[in-house]
Amino acid sequence: MAHDTAHHHESNTKRIWTVFIILSIVTLVEVVFGILKPEFLTDTSFLSMSLLNWIFILLTIYKAYYIAWAFMHLEGETKGLRRAVVWTSIFLISYLIFILLTEGGYIYEVYKSNHVAWDF
Amino acid sequence: MEATVVRTGTEGKTWGGGNEPLKASYGKLMMWFFITSDALTFSGFLAAYGFSRFKFIDSWPIADEVFNHFPFLHGVDAPMYYVALMTFILIFSSVTMVLAVDAGHQLKKGKVTFYMFLTIIGGIIFLGSQAWEWKNFINGTYGAVYTEGGNILQFIDGDGHRVALSDVAIPEASARVEHEARNGVWFESERSLPSYSIEGVKAGFAENSDLLIRTQMVNEEGEKTILSREESIAKLNSEAVGVVEGANLTRNEYGPPLFADFFFFITGFHGFHVFSGVLINIIIFFNVILGTYERRKNYEMVEKVGLYWHFVDLVWVFVFTFFYLV
Repeated sequence: MAHDTAHHHESNTKRIWTVFIILSIVTLVEVVFGILKPEFLTDTSFLSMSLLNWIFILLTIYKAYYIAWAFMHLEGETKGLRRAVVWTSIFLISYLIFILLTEGGYIYEVYKSNHVAWDF
Repeated sequence: MEATVVRTGTEGKTWGGGNEPLKASYGKLMMWFFITSDALTFSGFLAAYGFSRFKFIDSWPIADEVFNHFPFLHGVDAPMYYVALMTFILIFSSVTMVLAVDAGHQLKKGKVTFYMFLTIIGGIIFLGSQAWEWKNFINGTYGAVYTEGGNILQFIDGDGHRVALSDVAIPEASARVEHEARNGVWFESERSLPSYSIEGVKAGFAENSDLLIRTQMVNEEGEKTILSREESIAKLNSEAVGVVEGANLTRNEYGPPLFADFFFFITGFHGFHVFSGVLINIIIFFNVILGTYERRKNYEMVEKVGLYWHFVDLVWVFVFTFFYLV
């Protein structure tokens, strides 16, 4: 416990407000896109998902990065701790998403081609 | 008596004990353990939501049509604004939290108290907003009928505007009375009956030639399919079996039952996290006021509860994306 008081902490307020502004702008951009839904983005499909959805997901990860790095102060932790947290989550979550979404798409196809009926 | 301390002669070496390779305290590491496992729990829920959504990819409700309420704007179609406001509230309470942690590093008790207070207020406002959102979701706006296969049929007029059940149905004089426990067998009562019977809806629909049926299937333009007048009448008379108003775990007026189930479960689980976070924040807030950390010359407890609070914010960023945007 004592080691924390030993080294002097500088104030990070400037960084905190910068991150707040970044997060706010990104959220605003998301909301504007969500309301306008530009057609060239919703109609363009990339890897079986519309470009707009890819933008939303990328912006979300961008926000998550700032929350984890600046607010949860991962940027100040040791490499070992940071990697233990980030890589564990990223690997397991990607795997989970891959399996479940593939399977969900497969079940949709099965219903669609009427191999199994669900609407009586 | 001589103390039984074993001297290994390896003190100060890598494996000599007392080494802190991660340079973080025990409490903080345990908070990170918890956060990582909780993140996996939430991803499990969100991935399951994605699974169901892919399974019903062409009949999933369009979020903008479901979440389009804003306080004091009755009947105005305001998609996204309210949930964007909630997101800002939560992000801002995250900012005040990190400001409290920052003030804690400099041992400024007054500032920590002030920022912790703001954080708690932000959390409470968010919880209230969540409750309002649930209220709208549960009560519903227009109502719909469901078919034997569990599909939802909604009503629109010639201009494509949604029409509420109350404007479609003809109230029936012979409507059944709700069975309560005080009548008949005392331990048996039923759910409150819907305001309109399916017969009343069918009769009202036949009379008003302006009305059309909108199914839950999404067409190629990304909009819900609208049937012609003839198809609408045929569909309603042959398939509709009941009236649904609002949402519960079995049925909802928006689309597949799983939509409401996941909405309740995921936003509910997140709301429960916010609630616990507010409680923990209050405890720490009083400890700050009482001077516990002032005496310790260490505000690390604020930092630990801060980690949890930011995590709750982080989860909301993803819930926001996958329930309201994508």
